[in-house]
Amino acid sequence: MSNDSTDVTIAKSESHSHVHRDDAGSKMGMWLFLFTEVLLFGGMFLAYATYRFMYPQDFVNAALRLDPILGAVNTVILLTSSLSVVLSITALQKNKKNLSLVYLSITMLLALTFLVIKYFEWSHKFELGIYPKGPALESFAQGGKLFFGLYYLMTGLHGLHVVIGMTFIGFMMYFISKNKQTAHNHQRTENAGLYWHLVDLIWIFLFPLFYLVH
Amino acid sequence: MKDTTRDTKALERELEEELHSTGYGTYILVWLGLIGLTAITVTVAGLNLGSFALIAALIIATVKSALVVNYFMHIKFDTPIFKIFVTICIIVVLTIFIITFFDYLYREPLI
Repeated sequence: MSNDSTDVTIAKSESHSHVHRDDAGSKMGMWLFLFTEVLLFGGMFLAYATYRFMYPQDFVNAALRLDPILGAVNTVILLTSSLSVVLSITALQKNKKNLSLVYLSITMLLALTFLVIKYFEWSHKFELGIYPKGPALESFAQGGKLFFGLYYLMTGLHGLHVVIGMTFIGFMMYFISKNKQTAHNHQRTENAGLYWHLVDLIWIFLFPLFYLVH
Repeated sequence: MKDTTRDTKALERELEEELHSTGYGTYILVWLGLIGLTAITVTVAGLNLGSFALIAALIIATVKSALVVNYFMHIKFDTPIFKIFVTICIIVVLTIFIITFFDYLYREPLI
């Protein structure tokens, strides 16, 4: 049944082969946007670097409050979610629509797990009074306050990107299920994938810089 | 005649996509590599390497990024224009970092 519907779509898209579609341009647009994202986070990494050199011992002490195991688990979760995105696009290219949707569902589930872990991490910190102007954080040394300020800002903005990425992927799942993204027309899904990998890339740097400070 | 051109075009497109699509196996290998590097970065952080720890963590993160950009983000298989674009992006970001560090290092201490 699904085979029939794919054939119909291919026939349709071929009869409209004059319709303008610039996949390379679309991809370049996505890469340009990703570059602005790198600059956005880059500025924060710069702030992190200068403060870490100013207060090396304060950063070490403050980082002891973070759980490296939770950080490592979240790293594995995001890496695996990136894998399922590329597997989904490969499946789509091989015309396996349902398999492609299964892989994207796995990505969504993993992304949700990432956010749930992040939620527990943050709420545990709040309970301990470690939040901007919180009772415990106020007693920290200056560098510790800066460390947690950057921690909330950078992991918070990263978390927002996870939510945006999930929305992006959610739309692609809808398009794939409606045969609007197919084996021969999947640039948008690839763009969603590129965005998701960028979210993964940023976490690859956030993890050692916040959870593994010695 | 028109139909044959269309068929050839479809065939070319398929061939092109065949070339660009990497098999599931490669991606799983890259993923295993990324998980392995995560384990290494956690282990290295546990050792007492002093100031080398930060450099080691950043080197491992860079290797992981290279794997993600080349394989997951497909740059290794993309046309040269995308490779050039990414290279320019990396150079711009590194330049901003280096210039800021010079400013930081040669400035009168703030504290």
